[in-house]
Amino acid sequence: MTNRADSGRVERVNGPLVEVSGLSGVAALDVIEVGPLRIAAEVVAIHEGRLTAEAFEYTGGLRVGDEATAQGRALSARLGPHLLGGVFDGLLRPLEGGPTWLEPGSLVARPSTRSWPFVPTPLELGAHLESGTLIGTLMSESGVQHRVLVPPDVFGKLTWLSGAREVAESDSVATIDGRDVTLFELWPVRRARPARARLRTDEPLVTGQRVVDLFFPVAQGATAAVPGGFGTGKTMLLQQIVKWADVEVVVFVGCGERGNELADAVADLMALKDPKTGRDLRERTVVIANTSNMPVMARVASVYTGMTVAEYFRDMGYRVVMLADSTSRWAEALREFSSRSGELPAEEGYPASLSSSLAAFYERAARVTTLGGGEGSVTLIGAVSPAGGDMTEPVTSQTVRYVRCLWSLDRDLAYARHYPAVTWRHSFSLDDTLIANWHAAQGRVGWSESRARALALLAEADRLASVVELVGIGALPSRERVVMLSGRLLREGVLQQSAMSENDAYCSPKKQSALLDMVLAVHDRCLALVEGGLPASAIEEIDLTAVIRARDETGPDDDAGVTRLRDEVLARMGTS
Amino acid sequence: MSDAGVPVTAHDVDAPIEYTGATRVGGPLLAIRGVEGVGWDEIAAVRLPSGELRHGLVLEVSGDIAIVEVLQGTGGIDPELVSVAFEGRPFDVPVGDGWLGRVWNGMGEPLDGGPPMLAGQRRPVSGAPLNPSQRDVPSNPVFTGISVIDALATLVRGQKLPIFSSAGLPHLELAAQIAAQANVAGENFKVVVAGMGLTHADAAAMREVLESRSASGDLVLVLDSADDPVVQRVLTPRVALTIAEFLAFERGQHVLVVLADVTSYCEAVREVSAARGEIPGRRAYPGYLYSDLASLYERCGRIKGKPGSVTLVPVLTMPGNDITHPVPDLTGYITEGQIVLSANVHATGVYPPIDVLSTLSRLMRKGVGEGRTRGDHMALAAQIIASLARARSARELADLIGAEALTETDRIYLDFEDAFYRDLVNQRPDEVRSMEETFERAWRVVSVLPERELTMMPSASVATNYRGSLRADNAHADVIEHDATSESAEHRG
Repeated sequence: MTNRADSGRVERVNGPLVEVSGLSGVAALDVIEVGPLRIAAEVVAIHEGRLTAEAFEYTGGLRVGDEATAQGRALSARLGPHLLGGVFDGLLRPLEGGPTWLEPGSLVARPSTRSWPFVPTPLELGAHLESGTLIGTLMSESGVQHRVLVPPDVFGKLTWLSGAREVAESDSVATIDGRDVTLFELWPVRRARPARARLRTDEPLVTGQRVVDLFFPVAQGATAAVPGGFGTGKTMLLQQIVKWADVEVVVFVGCGERGNELADAVADLMALKDPKTGRDLRERTVVIANTSNMPVMARVASVYTGMTVAEYFRDMGYRVVMLADSTSRWAEALREFSSRSGELPAEEGYPASLSSSLAAFYERAARVTTLGGGEGSVTLIGAVSPAGGDMTEPVTSQTVRYVRCLWSLDRDLAYARHYPAVTWRHSFSLDDTLIANWHAAQGRVGWSESRARALALLAEADRLASVVELVGIGALPSRERVVMLSGRLLREGVLQQSAMSENDAYCSPKKQSALLDMVLAVHDRCLALVEGGLPASAIEEIDLTAVIRARDETGPDDDAGVTRLRDEVLARMGTS
Repeated sequence: MSDAGVPVTAHDVDAPIEYTGATRVGGPLLAIRGVEGVGWDEIAAVRLPSGELRHGLVLEVSGDIAIVEVLQGTGGIDPELVSVAFEGRPFDVPVGDGWLGRVWNGMGEPLDGGPPMLAGQRRPVSGAPLNPSQRDVPSNPVFTGISVIDALATLVRGQKLPIFSSAGLPHLELAAQIAAQANVAGENFKVVVAGMGLTHADAAAMREVLESRSASGDLVLVLDSADDPVVQRVLTPRVALTIAEFLAFERGQHVLVVLADVTSYCEAVREVSAARGEIPGRRAYPGYLYSDLASLYERCGRIKGKPGSVTLVPVLTMPGNDITHPVPDLTGYITEGQIVLSANVHATGVYPPIDVLSTLSRLMRKGVGEGRTRGDHMALAAQIIASLARARSARELADLIGAEALTETDRIYLDFEDAFYRDLVNQRPDEVRSMEETFERAWRVVSVLPERELTMMPSASVATNYRGSLRADNAHADVIEHDATSESAEHRG
């Protein structure tokens, strides 16, 4: 360590770009601290002993000649039992209890004053433990049991294991291969946490949102992108998933988005109960908030930080969903920095590495066999904010290449207050067949067929709508008029879903199928009536508001209620 | 300069050293060599031989060179004779109540002949980000006295709701009307208006409309003119927001900030970015325009446990009436909804010419309802908007196949749309409407529709407020007869 200089000197400051000389023993992507406020910065280039770093906070007042010191490690997230229920910034520093105004240097990751009741797993002293082995659990009131595992880079002989007791942050709970294991660990955020094997993803992530679950389902451990211009309800849809997704842990990364919205989402989580466990939804959620006015460079870190937290819980054997809102702001932060550091711009000023960065990020989602032999998954859902609503812009077009599902939000639907504004025209799910098998195994044998019929009806109704715009509905034959009517029933009674309604905000898979089957049954009956000679205009006069209101007037899991309503409507319609 | 000659210890400067001579002058930039201990983004005093004093900001420090951006431009600066002193602090303004009732230029210097703002506590104009976990959710309305906004796109305290417009439309008139009329029903309320790149004619018109509110000491007017230096324009909204944050979070006031015109601001950002030699992004705006706009827009809000609020109404003109242009597009991604003005509505003579179907206040649900405005407010707004959407598609159909081919119901919707613009939207630029009057008008318009069409309204509300089908026989005449009088409810009752 003799040739290692502990402190260097700032040579150049241009916004978040800082150049430092005289600091050796620093590797690329290591974190250094600059200036009297010890602002963290990530080293992105080293050239002839001169480091180029990007600062994670505002560098106003930083001077040439200021001191720079090395942290001696890459940007790392401090993982531990304090995460669930918390709100953190992009570097995983707790925001709650922090200052009102985030002046540079004012936010620090303080050691936790809490302690946790540790209960060891019965293990033989002297046993050889692999990484990922369960060594104990934390008893807690929160719904998610915290599992203490041997960290990924630790394995070997167990020489000491704590008994059941209260454990503080700095206390070790075991000694393995001469190394102390505590409840906390540091993990470099840009490195994916290891797992034993990737597994096939064939079980759906049930979101309780009909347009997603019925038409464009995402599998546990897969990826989905949600592109949508502003005002299309992107954040609203993501928040619904935060609330209702059928997983044990949710990681929500608010990346360069609105502060009010985030405050609202957190307040909502406090007020809502998990429908399955009856506990506060917040207890299963980690919020990472880097709002649009917070430092841009921490925005780049925030998505990696979020993914690392998600993988941490995955490794405990949980199903995790991570939502990033919005990946476009992350990409813009990449662009901003690459332009400052004088990199050659590719498309629209984005760095040429955009595509590979996106691919590497989305590929961290997976369903795996964990190091400890359990099974866990991280499902990744990324919002995309296409500039000018242009789906061909670089971030959108590159993202679409790497995801398994696309939920495209449509401005026309949003303007017509059709929410969630996921369009059936430009959305896809590549896992639909696997998920159909899963539904069949659950006893919903007709799931796949109903879905196909509904999509075909929607497509035909769209095609007819453009004809009607030209010639008026009166010019259509009766069968086609029935298709138009059924298309409307599908849109309003199945696809639309009110996030504000107690009954409708979440819809169980059983009720989803019941609603869809009701509309299809009504459609069949209408066709039968028309074939029996009833004029289409008479069909259009039938009061079918009950079909549209069923989603709102039956409980979230009340498929029997829907079926009852269906029978009433069909009885009222009569037969030919 | 008592310390002259003594090496200054870093970050502890009392008297700044003055450096004479620049190695480069160009655009707004000066390069000064041989400097020591200069911090990034600090303010510099640039002195000309004539004694003229200009302000500058440090854009970059590299070795012993500092690049300074001169707010008033470098015109008339001789590189050999200019001297620059670095002040060791960011650009800041004193805060206090002294701003109220006065008119200032874009840097916070008096324009009204009064004394300068006395030095109180100084705050950097760039502000610091508000900790998102300490934000309180906006939950109460700001009343603008403008029916269409209050009824359909209610402004909520702590919200940012921009006005999207294009050249030739009365957006400044509307912004001035909002600034002149807005209130929070009896609570403390102040207004800060920042004009950015306004023509002198527009600025004069604005001053006139706002005169009485200013005279009562409830308004701060910060005016940057179209012929002011562009670098100053970049600071103008920040000066305004710094004043607003003080009034809101230290004086407990509800503050409305109107920023007009944000497009001029963005042009200034682009011009400055080009002068700095930065790599251009979309339409040559710098890649950081989103973050830059966010650093303004996100300064609105409420803080848990504090009484005040900052509500923001940015006004912007869409170049070429293109909503996908970077300025409206990036704004739309940050703000909570938008009020869109339309040339088509303007052509019909309706003021304010708002395109209701493109207009949205995302936080409205939080700010209205029982105890805030009225229990049926949200449902009423949803019903009107859905009905207008139906009317629009009926109108498009009628244009293609003729009105005769429409169904009877569709024709009623067309009448509804006419009544809507005539009886609810249209309003004088100096007319303040109470919420009662706005609701009364809204129900009168809705009552043009047959009762069976009101599917989005709770039936109790329909029972109390619905006026029978106003159209029943000859609705047109009926509605015209009761035009614009708020007593019509009693007549009908």
